[in-house]
Amino acid sequence: MKFKFLALAAIYALSASVVMADKKATDTTPAEDLKVYRDYFQKRFPGIPLDEYANGAYALDAVARDNWLAIEEFPPYEPMIEAGEALWNTSFANGKNFASCFSGDPAQRQNFPYWDAKRKMVVTMELAINECLESNGEKPMGYNKGKIADLAAYMAYQSRGQKTNVEIPDDADAMKAYNAGKSYYFTRRGQLNFSCAHCHMESAGQHIRSELLSPALGHTTGWPVYRAKWGELGTLHRRFGGCNEQVRAKKLKPQSEEYRDLEFFLTHMSNGIEYNGPSARK
Amino acid sequence: MRNTAKLATTALTLAALFAGTSMLPGVAGADDASITKGKEVAYDRKKGNCLACHMMGDGASPGDIGPPLVAMQARFPDRAKLRAQIWDPMVNNPGTRMPAFGKYQALSDSEIDAIVDYLYTL
Ligand code: HEC
Ligand code: HEC
Repeated sequence: MKFKFLALAAIYALSASVVMADKKATDTTPAEDLKVYRDYFQKRFPGIPLDEYANGAYALDAVARDNWLAIEEFPPYEPMIEAGEALWNTSFANGKNFASCFSGDPAQRQNFPYWDAKRKMVVTMELAINECLESNGEKPMGYNKGKIADLAAYMAYQSRGQKTNVEIPDDADAMKAYNAGKSYYFTRRGQLNFSCAHCHMESAGQHIRSELLSPALGHTTGWPVYRAKWGELGTLHRRFGGCNEQVRAKKLKPQSEEYRDLEFFLTHMSNGIEYNGPSARK
Repeated sequence: MRNTAKLATTALTLAALFAGTSMLPGVAGADDASITKGKEVAYDRKKGNCLACHMMGDGASPGDIGPPLVAMQARFPDRAKLRAQIWDPMVNNPGTRMPAFGKYQALSDSEIDAIVDYLYTL
């Protein structure tokens, strides 16, 4: 029964060739990175079309995929999209609303994250949502779950079908942020001493206990995610925190500079893949 | 000479075949308490959590990131080598995905010794 393990030897050989991990972050350009990263997965999982990667682990396992498709027929996140729509339409105390900050259009997913050259920082959609509230004299929302996830779910839903297209400007500060995100991705951390890439590149398609590890490609398309284990929606940065804790590393604050830079890098790596949030996960 | 080599190979093959069925002679020096403790520590999610990556013994729903841990005594006749693999697998393979349980103090020395005792029964 367990003879399939022998075939893993081939994968171990391949893992030695995670080219990106072996170089200094500044050795390659974003365009070169994107090619290496995408080729890595397409060679590893031949026949899986690029857009399939938007579906996480379900792109790799037919049985899990069927169960998931059944769940998506009656999506558990539907009420949250409605709650988010209500938030979108609610007026602030000053009479304005979210539409005033987002040029009247909730379909904003493809515009984030972006490099704000003036402030020299990465701006994510969640950050922009809270900045909208604060600039209108309203209280910001918590970043991991709840109302912000509801609103993001509505905005993502309205944006379905937009393609990921995060530009990394040829600007020293923007490159610094991108390279910081990239280094974060390939750096070992925590008592278990794993990098993100150890689980989501080298071990993608393998099981950690009974959990099928999703490929890093497409990791940023489906957010926010309704996770059965959470019993609610969560944001991408909540997931980053959870993955940090799995290796017994300290999780960082959602929307910290490190996580925003990480999102900048990671989303760029999924350029060309359609946004399909919100989504459901085990 | 040739016969000895052949015998050794046969022994190894037999050891591999019978591993896990406790048909091998007992592990010299390891007492049952240590073996039991080693199994507990290896299976405990907050300790070794070896099942996250390895098929081993009767552990339920093991992962498949690492190779199955079978015929350990035959494959690792040098106990120190097996222990070193758990203490710091990066020595063997700098790119390894296996955590360095000893070096990063995820497990104590005595816990690792107990795990080795348990592994030798597999
Ligand atoms: C010890 C293994 C491990 C490490 C290290 C790890 N993850 Fe994960 N990650 C998981 C598991 C298990 C899941 C849930 C199953 C899945 O979708 O892969 C997951 C899920 C995710 C998801 C959600 C995918 C989806 O489709 O819903 C993202 C995004 C993610 N991880 C990003 C990261 C990032 C970024 C890092 C590094 C900061 C990281 N992970 C480190 C194990 C890990
Ligand atoms: C997160 C993954 C992971 C965990 C957890 C893990 N290992 Fe490993 N282990 C590996 C991988 C991958 C290898 C293959 C060699 C390599 O890549 O360095 C390996 C190799 C081994 C080997 C060498 C096996 C051989 O046939 O050469 C032994 C022995 C071993 N592990 C024991 C353990 C024990 C005992 C534990 C728990 C205390 C454990 N491992 C936990 C991933 C893991």
